[in-house]
Amino acid sequence: MKKVVEGSHAVSEAVRLCRVQVISAYPITPQTHIVELLSEFCSDGSLNAKFLRVESEHSAMAALIGAASAGVRTFTATSSQGLALMHELLHWASGARLPIVMAEVNRALAPGWNIWTDQTDSLAQRDTGWIQLYCEDAQEALDTTIQAFRLAETVFLPVMVVLDAFFLSHTYEPVDIPDQADVDRFLPPFKPAFSLDTAHPAAFNQLSPPNVYMEMRRDLQDAMEAAPEVLEHIEGQFQSLFGRRYGALEAVQCDDAEIILVTSGTITSTCRLLVEKLRAQGEKVGLLKMRLFRPFPYEMLKRRVLRARKLAVVDRNFSFGACGIFAQEIRAALCNEPKRPLVFGYVAGLGGRDVTTDILEEIYWTTKTTAHPESESVWVGLQQPAPAA
Amino acid sequence: MELSVQDREYMCSGHVGCPGCGAAIAMRFVLKALGEKTMMIVPACCWSIIAGPYPQSTLKVPVLHTAFETGGAVASGVRAALDIKGDRETTVVTWAGDGGTFDIGFQALSGAVERNEDFIYVCYDNEAYMNTGVQRSSSTPYGAWTTTTPGQEWKKLRKKNIVEALVAHRIPYAATASIAFPEDLVRKVKKAKAVKGSRFLHIYASCPTGWRMPSELAVKIARMAVQTNIFPLYEVENGVRYTINYMPKGYLVREYFKLQGRFKHLSEADLEQIQQMVNEDWELLLRKAGVSPGAAGPVTKID
Repeated sequence: MKKVVEGSHAVSEAVRLCRVQVISAYPITPQTHIVELLSEFCSDGSLNAKFLRVESEHSAMAALIGAASAGVRTFTATSSQGLALMHELLHWASGARLPIVMAEVNRALAPGWNIWTDQTDSLAQRDTGWIQLYCEDAQEALDTTIQAFRLAETVFLPVMVVLDAFFLSHTYEPVDIPDQADVDRFLPPFKPAFSLDTAHPAAFNQLSPPNVYMEMRRDLQDAMEAAPEVLEHIEGQFQSLFGRRYGALEAVQCDDAEIILVTSGTITSTCRLLVEKLRAQGEKVGLLKMRLFRPFPYEMLKRRVLRARKLAVVDRNFSFGACGIFAQEIRAALCNEPKRPLVFGYVAGLGGRDVTTDILEEIYWTTKTTAHPESESVWVGLQQPAPAA
Repeated sequence: MELSVQDREYMCSGHVGCPGCGAAIAMRFVLKALGEKTMMIVPACCWSIIAGPYPQSTLKVPVLHTAFETGGAVASGVRAALDIKGDRETTVVTWAGDGGTFDIGFQALSGAVERNEDFIYVCYDNEAYMNTGVQRSSSTPYGAWTTTTPGQEWKKLRKKNIVEALVAHRIPYAATASIAFPEDLVRKVKKAKAVKGSRFLHIYASCPTGWRMPSELAVKIARMAVQTNIFPLYEVENGVRYTINYMPKGYLVREYFKLQGRFKHLSEADLEQIQQMVNEDWELLLRKAGVSPGAAGPVTKID
């Protein structure tokens, strides 16, 4: 059934369809609409879940660690400062192999206070052992949330469904809301491999000395490495039920492209328009959308981009003292290939600044007319001189 | 003959606590009172070690080890999961030290109790960060040496009154208990088990290692803490109804202090000042319980 819904509410609808059993959340803009609607679902009985109104994001994640350890399906949502506060427990959730799903609405980190979109919050959590999927629109946010539970419960890793603040979270779009029966077919009830059980008492997450710790970490990495293939398999089933598929990456006109623009999140939609326009002008340009960031899809990326001459990576995030994070990871992925495209890194749209087709076009022409990248990241759209303090 | 403390054990021998560990004694009695339908949530504390390394476990109930500051929150999640699965029988217990309760875990505990989560929170109190090597906590008493309050920098601040902090939440049941009074301890655990909502047990658990005293004094010192009014045994129901479980015999605190290396630097004047503080706290408790000093009052005598 098609409905016009807000991006946040598309996620809430997905969570209801997935019959989540325990939700725990703390308010933070721009995530709040997701959990507000979920608390209404719990209140009106359309979702049979326990909703814990905890006193911090830290406790939101801690409560889900408890609930998931007791063997139920769990969900939370957060943003920015809230995600940063959870950091310690993100490691805990993945290390304990708990299939928690979290919607993460990308918002800039303070100071100064900024509630607008910026990916630095989620990308700063890249080493925590969470699968990360970046969404382009409301339909994808709904579909990705449903897929996330299936993926999480197959590989026993937590999944972060990432969406841009406001451009996606607060924008209304027509969204196809699947039938409950179809979602039930796609996502069977959660069956934990182990859970707290008084009939079979065991210790969880206990002291793990050097003789065992390293193997436990390797197990986690094995699960990560299995995830891209599992996602592909899951998406096949999803497509047969719902007719939609996204892939870990999406390549648009990349086969003969000399320059490929690499994007993630809502900037991708803007970039699609630009690629159409430039193609009409005869430019050999392609677009690569990065949906799966962790695990990093090394082989898939190489298959898509190795024939190109140049990549222009657009990062709405930044690692201080280094460069845009997607550019950094893509350079690392390609560095041992004898023939590889030059990687141009661009930083744009931090703190919610609009990334227009004009900005993306500037990025394209700069890439085309520059023989070799002049720095790790070029900051696009900076005001000169900077606004007075 | 029916034993007041059942002889069934839920804690195996071979745990890795120090000799004379009060926290190990506390766990043994608490589990005897709760039985096998219990889940233990253990945030970082001595018990993270005492319970044994992978692949062993000292306890015969499920144990969920978790991050230091999460005792209240993780238990909330476990309870929510059991509720949604229809398991009303299992008791969820958070088992935390004083650092995880008074300090780093206080927010999560306060949140859980404000929500009146249906669980028992046990703080076994050894009055410092013992697992990391005896650093001061907000539970460390006035006068104590720790590795972070050395020499003349011994702690000159009062111990936080954690039970009163919980009582301020109108918690359905809060009680103090001691490893030296096992029957009182077991009775309180059983009472707590029967109450719905949040329950808090503050158990005095001596630490010979951190208190710089011989391990054979573990129980004796715990008994003296009660007898000197340093650690009174009492219960509070619904945040208002106080019952004092033990009336003192008028021992002086210096008898308690002189047995422990952590207090050896204290002068007679310091001990006199501490005696005044203990008297003050005791009289305040008597007033809350509606007992006039010297009167028998609503007191359960245990010896």
